[in-house]
Amino acid sequence: MTTKISAKNIFKIFGNNPDQALGLLQKGQSKEEIYASTGQTVGVDDVSFEVAEGEVFVVMGLSGSGKSTLVRMINGLIKPSAGEMLIDDIDVASCSRDVLRRVRREKVAMVFQHFALFPHRTVAENVAFGLKIRGVKPDERRERAQAALEQVGLGTRGDSFPDELSGGMQQRVGLARGLASEPEILLMDEPFGALDPLIRSDMQQELLELQRSLKKTIVFITHDLNEALILGNTIAIMRNGSMVQIGTAEQIVSNPADDYVAAFTRDVDRSLVFTAQSIADPAQPLDLANTDATAALAHMETHGLDAVHMVDHGKLAGIVTYRDANTAVRDDVALKHIMQEDMPTASAETLLVDLYPLAEKGLPIALTDDEDRLDGVVAPQAVFAQLSNGKQ
Amino acid sequence: MLSPSDFLSIPLDDWVNSLVRDWLVPNFRPFFRSLQWPVTQVLKSLTGFLGATPMVVFTAVLSLVAWRTAGKGVALFTLLALCFIDAIGLWPETMTTLAMVVTAVFFCIVIGIPLGVLASRSDVFRAILRPILDIMQTIPSFVYLVPIVMLFGVGMAPGIIATIIFALPPIIRLTDLGIRDVRNDLTEAAVSFGATPWQMLMEVQFPLALRTVMAGLNQTLMLALSMVVITAMIGAGGLGLTVFTGLGRLDVGGATAGGVGIVLLAIILDRISQALTEKRSVQSPSLLQTMRGFFATRRPVPLEEPERAG
Ligand SMILES: Nc1ncnc2c1ncn2[C@@H]1O[C@H](COP(=O)(O)OP(=O)(O)OP(=O)(O)O)[C@@H](O)[C@H]1O
Ligand SMILES: [Mg+2]
Repeated sequence: MTTKISAKNIFKIFGNNPDQALGLLQKGQSKEEIYASTGQTVGVDDVSFEVAEGEVFVVMGLSGSGKSTLVRMINGLIKPSAGEMLIDDIDVASCSRDVLRRVRREKVAMVFQHFALFPHRTVAENVAFGLKIRGVKPDERRERAQAALEQVGLGTRGDSFPDELSGGMQQRVGLARGLASEPEILLMDEPFGALDPLIRSDMQQELLELQRSLKKTIVFITHDLNEALILGNTIAIMRNGSMVQIGTAEQIVSNPADDYVAAFTRDVDRSLVFTAQSIADPAQPLDLANTDATAALAHMETHGLDAVHMVDHGKLAGIVTYRDANTAVRDDVALKHIMQEDMPTASAETLLVDLYPLAEKGLPIALTDDEDRLDGVVAPQAVFAQLSNGKQ
Repeated sequence: MLSPSDFLSIPLDDWVNSLVRDWLVPNFRPFFRSLQWPVTQVLKSLTGFLGATPMVVFTAVLSLVAWRTAGKGVALFTLLALCFIDAIGLWPETMTTLAMVVTAVFFCIVIGIPLGVLASRSDVFRAILRPILDIMQTIPSFVYLVPIVMLFGVGMAPGIIATIIFALPPIIRLTDLGIRDVRNDLTEAAVSFGATPWQMLMEVQFPLALRTVMAGLNQTLMLALSMVVITAMIGAGGLGLTVFTGLGRLDVGGATAGGVGIVLLAIILDRISQALTEKRSVQSPSLLQTMRGFFATRRPVPLEEPERAG
C-alpha cells in the first residue's frame, strides 16, 4: 500500500525562540524545564508516523497532548518548528505558499470540532465553499454540493442556514463540505466531540459506512478510546506532545507500551477489539471420505477434543461430537449419519462480541474463509475466558 | 509665586505659525488644493442630483427606502418630517446639507474601510493608527478648522474635508474590530480550504464583520451631521449656515428652524442606517402587506417569515 502522509521528526514549539527551545530539548531538558526557563511551550515533540492510502489513522490522547497541533501541521495551518511533513512527496512544512494552497484546495480537507460553518451562508453554499475558492463554476458547484449533501443524508436541507440545524446535522454539513471538494485526505479534529453520545455513535457508524465506499485517507482525532477502536485501522496514542504507541487496536489493547496507554485501555471492552483469530486454535479436521467413527473417536481422545470438524474435498462438511462418536462405535453406525451439518461458524475477523452467542451452543466454533475452508477452531471456553479477562 | 514661565517660555504659537505659514502653506498648498478636487466633484454631482429631484419624488423615494429597511413607523416619520421641512421653507438647505453629509460619509467609507481592513491585518499598522485616531477624536473640531482653512481655504469643500477628518475614526475602528472579532475557527476553515487572503476577506471576514462595520457607519454618519453647524463657520452652506446666521443675527426663530431641520434629518438617517445594521438581510413584507398594515390596526394574516436569529 502506498504511503499518503509521512511525518518525519516533527517538532512544534509555541514561543518566540523555537530554535533555543529545540536546542534545550536536544540536550535532554524536559518540557516543564523549558517552559520554566524560556516560557515556551513544546506542543509536539519528535513525532514520526506514516499513514497509508485509504486507511483511517486515529490519533488519540488527553486534552493538551498536542493532537490538534499535529493535525494542523498536516495541512499547514501550523508550521512545524522542525521536521518534514510529506503529503505525496510534497513537504508542506517547507513548500511555497502557492504549493501549500494547491495542496489545501486539491488534496486535503478538514472537518472541525465545532463545525466552523459559515453562519452567513446557506448549507449548500457552505458545502460549495471549497469549490468556490477553487474557482469552480456556479452550476457545477451547486451540483457537486448537492451530491455531497445527499451522501450525508441532507439532500433536502441545502437552502437552510446552519443555525437552523441540530448539532448532528451541522456536523454532517461540515463533513459534506469536506467531501465536496473530493479531497484525497480528510482531516477530522474531534469531529464528534461536541455531539451527544447517541448522535455520536450514529455518526461513527455513518462515517464507517461512507468510508467503505469512499476509501479516503482519514486522519481522525479523538480523546475517546472506544471511538478510536471503532474507527481506526491504525491508532496512534499521544502524550504530552510525543507519540507513545502506534499500532492496530488489538496491538494497543493487548500490548500497551506503557502505563499511560494501559490506563487508557483498562476500561476498554475487549470483545469489541479482539477478533476470533486471536483466540483460535489450529484446525485439526478429519476427512469425511476416509475416516470412520472409531478413527474419529481415537483422534478426539489423542488430542483431548470434545468434538471434531469434518471436511469433504477440503471444504467444511460438519462436526462430530465425542458423545455421538462413542454411540456410533457402540451401535456400529456410519460416521456420516452422526455428523451434524448445522454448526457454529464464523470468520477469522469476527469480533469476540459476535462470537459470544455462537459459543453458547457449547460446540467449538469453526472459522472459515470465503471458500468454506477451515482456518481454525475456537473453543467455547476460550471465548468466555477472554471476555472475563478483559474485565479484571 | 514661582512659575516655570519665569525661566522658560516656549513660543509654541510661533513655531506652529512658522510651520504652517512658512513651510506647509507655501510648499504644499497646491497639493492640498488638489485634494479638494474629488470632494468637489462628488459634491457637485450630488448637489446637482438632489437639487434637480422634485421634493415630492425625493420624499417618496426616501420614505420607500425607510420602509424597506426600517419598517412602516420610520417610513411614516420620514414622510411627515420631510413634509414639515418643506413647509418651514428649508428644503434647499436640507438638500445641501444632505449632499455634504453624504459626500463626507462616502469618502469616510472609501478611506476608512480599507484602513480598517489594514489595521485588522497588521498589529504594527494598528499600533500606529490608534493614537492618530485617538487624537482625531479628542481634538475639538474648532481647533483644526484653522489649519484646514490655511491649507484648503474656505468654502464647501474644506468644510467637507474637516467633516471627513472628524467623522472618520469610528468606521476605521469598527471595521478593524469587526474583522478581528470573526470567529477564529471560521477563518481557519477558510484557510484550510485554500482561500487566498483576498478571498478570505471577501468571502468570510467582511461579510461577517458587516454588522459591526454598519454600526461604525452609523456613528460616522452621526458625527458628520454634528459637524454641519461648525463647518458653516468656514463657509459651508446648508442648514448649518441657517443656524449660524440665525445665531449671528440673534434671530432665534431662524436658528431654531435650522436646528429642527438638522434634528429631523439626523433622526431619519440614524433610523435608516441603524436598521441596516440590525438586519442580517433586508427581507421585508410586500408592498401590499405593508399598505394593509398602515390601515389596519391589527395585521390580518401574519405572513411575515420569522426573522432568523443573528
Ligand atoms: N497557539 C498556541 N500558543 C501557545 N501554546 C499553544 C498554542 N496552541 C496550543 N498550545 C499548547 O500546545 C499544547 C497542545 O495543544 P493542542 O491544542 O494541540 O492539544 P489537544 O491535544 O488538541 O487538546 P484538546 O483535546 O484539548 O483539543 C497545549 O499545551 C497547548 O497549551
Ligand atoms: Mg484539540
